[in-house]
Amino acid sequence: MSNKYISDVVKNIPPSGIRKFFDLVTNSRDIISLGVGEPDFVTPWTVRKEAIDVLDRGATTYTSNLGLLELREAVSFFLKNHYGLNYDPENEIMITVGASEAIDLALRCLINDGDEVLVPVPSYVSYSPCIELTRGVPVYVPTYEENNFIITPDDLKSKITSKTKALILPYPNNPTGAIMKKEDLEAIKGIIIEHDLIVISDEIYSELTYDGKHVSIASLPDMKERTIVLNGFSKAFAMTGWRLGYIAAEHSFIEAMNKIHQYTTICAPIMAQYAGIKAIYECEDDIEKMRKTYDQRRRLIVNSFREIGFDCFEPKGAFYIFPSIKKTGLSSQEFCERLLKEEKIAVVPGDAFGPGGDGFIRVSYAYSIDKIMKALERIESFAKRVL
Amino acid sequence: MSKKMDIVELLHENSRLTDKQISVITGLSEDEVKDIVKSLEEEKVILKYSTLVNWEKTEKEVVRALIDVRVTPQQGQGFNAIAERIGQYDEVKSVSLISGGYDLSVEVEGKTMKEIAIFVAERLAPIDGVLSTTTHFILKRYKQDGVFFTDGPEDKRLVVTP
Repeated sequence: MSNKYISDVVKNIPPSGIRKFFDLVTNSRDIISLGVGEPDFVTPWTVRKEAIDVLDRGATTYTSNLGLLELREAVSFFLKNHYGLNYDPENEIMITVGASEAIDLALRCLINDGDEVLVPVPSYVSYSPCIELTRGVPVYVPTYEENNFIITPDDLKSKITSKTKALILPYPNNPTGAIMKKEDLEAIKGIIIEHDLIVISDEIYSELTYDGKHVSIASLPDMKERTIVLNGFSKAFAMTGWRLGYIAAEHSFIEAMNKIHQYTTICAPIMAQYAGIKAIYECEDDIEKMRKTYDQRRRLIVNSFREIGFDCFEPKGAFYIFPSIKKTGLSSQEFCERLLKEEKIAVVPGDAFGPGGDGFIRVSYAYSIDKIMKALERIESFAKRVL
Repeated sequence: MSKKMDIVELLHENSRLTDKQISVITGLSEDEVKDIVKSLEEEKVILKYSTLVNWEKTEKEVVRALIDVRVTPQQGQGFNAIAERIGQYDEVKSVSLISGGYDLSVEVEGKTMKEIAIFVAERLAPIDGVLSTTTHFILKRYKQDGVFFTDGPEDKRLVVTP
């Protein structure tokens, strides 16, 4: 079948750098992969049991488009309790099919043809394609290791034009592990307000913040009305496969996004929604245990990479490190391909995460310490040849 | 949880971790780690650093059995004296007082089933205070100390995801 029928906008979306590398890895045998962007924990049993029970009780129907009110109340409680955010569960919170749908909804409700959306890079691979699908224009805002991979006011100002409509704020960040502290957010707040930008704050890793609590830009004065907060259950509660996310925003945004959501998705799966309620009210200890485990691995892996001889930014969130491989003179792709072929270790090339990612690799530490240590032995022997 | 407990858990999981690695993981100085480990050893919280071995994959012939032992507790000693006496045999790898239909659960190791049977018949059963023994040979181990002897549940995640 000819692809002449495919729309131009879809044809023009480049294939994901991760996809390309995934194909390479899938064809390799006996590898240790440090390339996974999801928790290595299984969803806490309480949550799984709740889903089993509600299925047992015959909960197999649609829910309201916005999601079960009990879940929205739970999310409202969670946001208040954890980040000091105030959202009315009746009309300022909606439940989505993962944070991925939330990204799509937020962009589609805001963007007109040709509107520009600022995307800090390196960052998650989906932002740009989703912007292009809305016929908007992604504008990259490079972030630099020397600035802790966060957006500085100067970086932000330099990319704003009369067409700029929104800024994506992806912190804690995949792939760098960078976070934006309260003072960092305050430093860019004035520019955001001055240029009347809307912030799409992707906070999916908010619970995986080390050395301090996550701060949402929506908690700053005058920012709630211009921020769409995206979050979900995947990372904090190890619930990636459940596809359960949520959006918190002013009523007018929620109403607009719900218009799209009701025609394209209807609602998130009911059993996942019930499980989500259980997760919020009964899994604080699990969250804490997982965070602590990630933190231990984070310290070990950063230190080990530095000892091996790589410059390695210290991440303060998520579960990735983003070491520089510039010393080797290899591109990210070359480095990863050789590491895979020579030592059977899979990590993700930094350039898959946008401009500025070349010269770095993303290494996930969502693995047991034993597995990380085995992988580090091989990485060290590879480093001896390339450093 | 205290840093002390963190160290116990880390070493329980992997006793080959060095003081330096533990210091990196916990954020304590190496000297602090050394001191804590030393005090854990002195307090007999840490009793031994050992290796979990799957003997089936070696040439060594090993048979293990779990023996349910019913005993008469002794005046003023309860079960302790008899449990310690049973524990003195090299063949005995563990002795635990348990609730339920019998009193002590004894794990015994030998080269063959016959060797274990002889040990039970000639040395364990005749001990004063032992009322009865029931021997269960371990045919296959699936999991011990949190570690799967089989391949265990595989990592179901895709090898690379965004």
